[in-house]
Parts: sequence; structure tokens; C-alpha cells
Amino acid sequence: MRAALAGDEAAYRRLLEEIGRSVRAMARGAFARARVGDADIEDVVQETLLAIHLKRGTWDGGPRLAPWVNAIARHKIIDAMRRRGVRRAEPIEDFEATLAAPADEDPHVRSDIERVMQKLAPRQRDIVTAISLEGQSIAATAARLSMSEVAVRVALHRALKALAVAWRSATQ
Amino acid sequence: MKTADLINALAAEPPPPPLRLGRRVALALVLGAAISAALFMTALGPRHDFGAAAHTLRFDLKFVDTLALLLPSALLAVRLLRPKARPGALIAALVAPFVLLGGAAVVELVVTPADLWMTRLVGTNALHCLTLIPLMSIPPLAALIVAMRAGAPSHPALTGALAGAAAAGAAATIYATNCNDDSPLFVASWYPLATLVVVAAGALAGRKWLQW
Repeated sequence: MRAALAGDEAAYRRLLEEIGRSVRAMARGAFARARVGDADIEDVVQETLLAIHLKRGTWDGGPRLAPWVNAIARHKIIDAMRRRGVRRAEPIEDFEATLAAPADEDPHVRSDIERVMQKLAPRQRDIVTAISLEGQSIAATAARLSMSEVAVRVALHRALKALAVAWRSATQ
Repeated sequence: MKTADLINALAAEPPPPPLRLGRRVALALVLGAAISAALFMTALGPRHDFGAAAHTLRFDLKFVDTLALLLPSALLAVRLLRPKARPGALIAALVAPFVLLGGAAVVELVVTPADLWMTRLVGTNALHCLTLIPLMSIPPLAALIVAMRAGAPSHPALTGALAGAAAAGAAATIYATNCNDDSPLFVASWYPLATLVVVAAGALAGRKWLQW
């Protein structure tokens, strides 16, 4: 994390992948103990990674990173489980809509983040899609959208923040 | 979107400037209190005998009380802005204003004749105290909540309540320069009540705006 905060992109990527793996294991365990299915574990993992990213400034730089990561993961997993409890009480129409979705589709298509992305402004969505799905760099995205790199960076940051907010309100 | 794709987007973002939570919160508190003080000076100002009162023990004790509330709650609020934060020994410092108030009230009961007790307790400004402290807490509380949104508290409502206590401490410090009632009996009865209103508002604000 120290390297990541100093601007080492590769180190940050490795760290996020590693954190993703341990959060996934944590969430699986918690969901299993609470006897809820783990079909949307990946949503929890993604929401946690987004929170870790947006709140990475709150790490105090101490000798161990794990307690900080665990605290954030626990916070998000508990949130997600609470929401699952609420979801069961939702009106039936919503349930039917969920049940009507074809079962053989790629599960990622129905993931929370796809729904939440719909709430972003079109330009923000373009930028997030280009950088995440198409793996483009900020420079390449800036050139394609004829924006400055700084503007793309700002828009990406705003989009990620908006994503976290929309995630919380959309699934609550 | 796969998790690996999300990681692409996250890793592409350059690192943020270092987050100095303590400084942020301190600045917000000073700014909010300055706004309250400015409004207070234009509308009311300190009491007329401020110079003489400043030499009396009862008057000065009010500021010890309000600062004893302000400092530990602000420090504790800053600490709780990090996930996995532990309140530690600071939580003990939160009882300081209550011990001070209680002790001073007991001493006051001893040194004043019993027939003056109710007069001193009720005072002349109770309604002022109950309305002005919460009103003057609004700017510092709002500034604190905005500044604290950069943090990631594990207990948003508790952290917001502490911000409320700090804001009430700042407002009470300003208000105490105007209030004519210096008896610890008055201070121990009405100031905490006014503070409680702000603490509750802070807890609600925390639950609403400090979630992440």
C-alpha cells in the first residue's frame, strides 16, 4: 500500500487483487455462517474494493495493513448482509423481474455494478468502461474523448465516488 | 463487469494527496466557530461587565467546563474517522466535563445558603441558553460533518454525536461570555441539556452523511 500511495500502479494492482481474494474468502465465510447463498459474493468484493480505493487515505501508514482492510471488509459485508435481509421483504414485482432473467446468462451481466453504472452520467460511464472493460490508459481515453488527461482523471474519480454512493442507495 | 475490470479502473487512478484528518477537522471547527462568533458579536456581544466577571472564579469555570467538553470530543471524533480505530484512554477524558460540573455544583451547594439554590439554578437565561447554544452549534457542526466525510468511521452515528459535542462545546464557550448566570448550579442544569440537543443532531447527521 505504501508503494501504491506513492504512485506505483503495478504494486497497487497486485495489492487490490490480493485484497480481492481475501475479501472474497471472508465474504464466503460470513455468508455461509449466516446461511445466505453466495450468488452475489462478487458484488460485495467489488463494493469493498471500491471503498478501499476511495478511502485509502484513511490508512494510518502503520506497520500492518490487514487490520485496516479487514475493518473495511467487515463493514461492507455486514452492510451487504443487512441489505439481503431487507431484499426479502421487497414487493413481489421486483422478485418476478429477477426471476424472469434468463438463468443461463453470464452472472456478471446482472451484477449490482451494472445496474449502478446506469446511474452515472453518460460521459462518466464512457470513461469507466474504457478504462475498466477495455483496459485503456487514462492517456488513451483522454485522446479518444478529446479531453485533457486531468479532466479524465477528475471524471474517473467523480464516477467512482458516484458509483459508491449509487451502490449504497440503489441496493438499500 | 468483472472484478478484474474494476481493478483496472481503480489502479488507473493516481494516488490521492495525503489525507490529514486532524488538520481538516481542526480547520473546520475553527471556521465554524468563527462564523458563530461573528454572528454572536453582531447580534449580542459579550456581557457588559465582561472585564470584571473575568476575574471571578465562577465565570472562568464556565470556560474550563466548555473546553473540557470541546477538546476530548473533537480529538475522539478525529480518531474514530479511521476504520478499526479504538477510542483508547481518550474515552475517559469525556467524563472530565461531568466530573468538573458535578464537583463544582456540590461546592456551590455547600457555600451558598439553601434558600438561594433554586434562584441560582433557574437563573435568568435558561431559555437563552437552551436556544442559543444549539443555534450557534449549527455552523461548527455543519463544517465538521463536511470535513469528516473524507474519513471512514466504523460508527458513523457515534462519530457524528462526538462532532455534535465538540460543536456544542465551541458554541457554549462563545455563549458563556454573554450569559449572566455563572453559578455552577445553572451551568450544570442547562448547558448539558443544550449540549444533548446538539449531540442528538450530530448523531442523526452522522448516520445520514458519514456513511460510506
